[in-house]
Amino acid sequence: MDFALTEEQGLLRDTMREFVSREISPEAGELDRLSQFPSRAIQRLAELGLLGMAIPEAFGGAGLDTLGSAVAIEEIARGSASLAVTVSVTNSVCAGPIVRFGNEDQRRRYLPRLAKGEILGGFSLTEPDSGSDAAHLRTRASLEGDTYLLTGDKAWVSNVQVGHVFVVLAATRPEQGSHGLTAFLVERDFPGFSFGKVEDKMGLRSSLTGSLELQDCRVPVANRLGEEGQGFKIAMATLDGARIGIAAQAVGIARGALQESIAFARQRKAFGRPICQFQAIQFMLADMATAIDAARLLVHRAAHLRDRGDVQFTKEASMAKLFATEMVNRVAYQAVQIHGAYGYSREYPVERYYRDARVTTIYEGTSEIQRLVIARRLLESV
Amino acid sequence: MDLELTAEHRTIRDMVRDFAAREIAPRAAHYDRTREFPYDNVRKCAELNLMGVMVPEQFGGSGLDTISCALIIEELSRACASTGVIVSVNNSLFCHPVERFGTEDQKQRFLIPHAKGEKIGCFCLSEPAAGSDAGNQQTTAVRRGDEYILNGTKNFITNGVAADTAIVFAATDKSKRHHGISALIVEKGAPGFRLGKDEVKLGITCSGSVEMVFEDCRVPATSLLGAEGLGFKIAMNTLDGGRIGIAAQAVGIARACLEEATRYSKQRKAFGKTISDFQAIQFMLADMATEVDAARLLTHRAAWTKDQGGRFSLEAAQAKLFSSEVAMRSAVKAVQIFGGYGYMNDYPVERYFRDAKITEIYEGTSEIQRLVIATTLLKD
Repeated sequence: MDFALTEEQGLLRDTMREFVSREISPEAGELDRLSQFPSRAIQRLAELGLLGMAIPEAFGGAGLDTLGSAVAIEEIARGSASLAVTVSVTNSVCAGPIVRFGNEDQRRRYLPRLAKGEILGGFSLTEPDSGSDAAHLRTRASLEGDTYLLTGDKAWVSNVQVGHVFVVLAATRPEQGSHGLTAFLVERDFPGFSFGKVEDKMGLRSSLTGSLELQDCRVPVANRLGEEGQGFKIAMATLDGARIGIAAQAVGIARGALQESIAFARQRKAFGRPICQFQAIQFMLADMATAIDAARLLVHRAAHLRDRGDVQFTKEASMAKLFATEMVNRVAYQAVQIHGAYGYSREYPVERYYRDARVTTIYEGTSEIQRLVIARRLLESV
Repeated sequence: MDLELTAEHRTIRDMVRDFAAREIAPRAAHYDRTREFPYDNVRKCAELNLMGVMVPEQFGGSGLDTISCALIIEELSRACASTGVIVSVNNSLFCHPVERFGTEDQKQRFLIPHAKGEKIGCFCLSEPAAGSDAGNQQTTAVRRGDEYILNGTKNFITNGVAADTAIVFAATDKSKRHHGISALIVEKGAPGFRLGKDEVKLGITCSGSVEMVFEDCRVPATSLLGAEGLGFKIAMNTLDGGRIGIAAQAVGIARACLEEATRYSKQRKAFGKTISDFQAIQFMLADMATEVDAARLLTHRAAWTKDQGGRFSLEAAQAKLFSSEVAMRSAVKAVQIFGGYGYMNDYPVERYFRDAKITEIYEGTSEIQRLVIATTLLKD
């Protein structure tokens, strides 16, 4: 066992930490208030060569492994959870499945542009009536000649408006349930594609989330990802990896909340002394720090197993996602509590952390889905 | 970074897992009921060289690392939490300080037989009026010629009824508070040393907890551990390591809860199906499994940090705090999954529930762990 980051990973973390403090944190509060997309930060990240962090170097990306990506996403999320999810989505749920399931032509067409930040990507599985129950999609795809026609509404898609290409799941054989799903690479310029309304969200307000409306959207056969009927498998494999990214995002938000709380507790005085001298505050800080470390270890373990490539990591990814996201909600709650009324005002970033934390137990598999995944593996093993 | 066990660690774990299932688990309920100290368990552990896991081989130990020790304590505790703490105390609270702070002569006389498990050791810091506030020692040791005269009462001493040797903390200079505390190695049979009342406990009932009374007890000056005034430092350093052992014990108890509850849920039927088919049960199991893994990772990180040779107080406190609370939460859930049966001592989860509670209290309460963690956080 070795609990230390490698020199390279340590360097990555320090670089990101410095970058985030300088470029991301100062503008995150303002962008949140204005619900503005962090275009400048995306550009800077692309210049740093880290926008396509998980894309192989051969296609112009940084070629980070899962652990490296988790380290980087945690750092970004500490400054801005919105930016973290934007970057995580384009890497792990758009570029990721193209790397893993795409053919050479698809990789060449999309990966270099995603890596350079010329385009952003997204992933679209969820529908208005189908979230956790992902096998029952209403979106249909039928083949006519060398073109698939996709029709249906997709909901809660990250990177709408700014995204150029989306991995879209649709039913090619609806009667076969999960075995009848197929994945497609759908571009925003394809005829029949349009963005629907952009959601007005509680948190992650400078990320763009919304719906896709597909009306006989024409997708060339060359843009089918994998084989027909492979869609559910592609989606689940993609989400396994993505859950590690969301767990890392949760750890990053929590660390931001802890750091702000420590700083506040040192300077805020009550009853004649800084509040950090009261056990009531100290104990909250201790619990926050302990839970954050436990979560990070679960995240890094899942990432390490995924990087090995020869072992199952579904249960471990679910554990990391479940624990880290539930943890960040507790930690953000405590951070607001430590800040008192200031924590409820937008003057301090913990109010944003509190709102941003909330979605992490919901998207890319709710806590309930993670518990189902874990329990299933557990009960199989006895 | 590599968060997987090495092949050697897995071998040790599997060996002890098999041993504990075969030799320790079958008698755990018996010892729990009779409250008899499990001498035969100690003897069997000694045969497998589990009593001085981290002691160098030249002093009769196994020369293994702290992760190995944590794995061993987890496996023993999964079978019998009392045996887990008995072994942990001998390893971490007795052998460790003698190895770290003892003279060559003390190592020859005390470390070797304890590391081999021929003798059993204990650690006497707590007093009736000084638990978490350990600097407030009422026990005194006064130097007279080439002896110390020890007076005072120690309580809650794990292994006490069976111990051949005790490390006893006492004030040699009360005016110096923490800096006036010293550690003495006291042997059974020392004049003026007797056992006081047995402690009748909620859980870990057979770990031999007892009160120890020192009345003008004469201890040779050569039995001073370290130097006068070094006692508090020795105690804190020792407890840092001991906490990793208790964290491992807690992980073992939590795992026992999880495994028994999982198995039971697959056989118990209600409303026409096994209760494992209900999400209410599945979700409890999922939460338990996740927390057990997180607790083990924190424990192994603390062990690894200790093995790197630097400071590990923070990591040990985090592991101990988190793991012990996980053990308690897991025990609550396990009893709940068993329903009425969980409340009866026909099934082991009733014992796990009682055993789990102590992990939040001894070798530093959860509150002391939080103080240690917060102090570190606020320092830098």
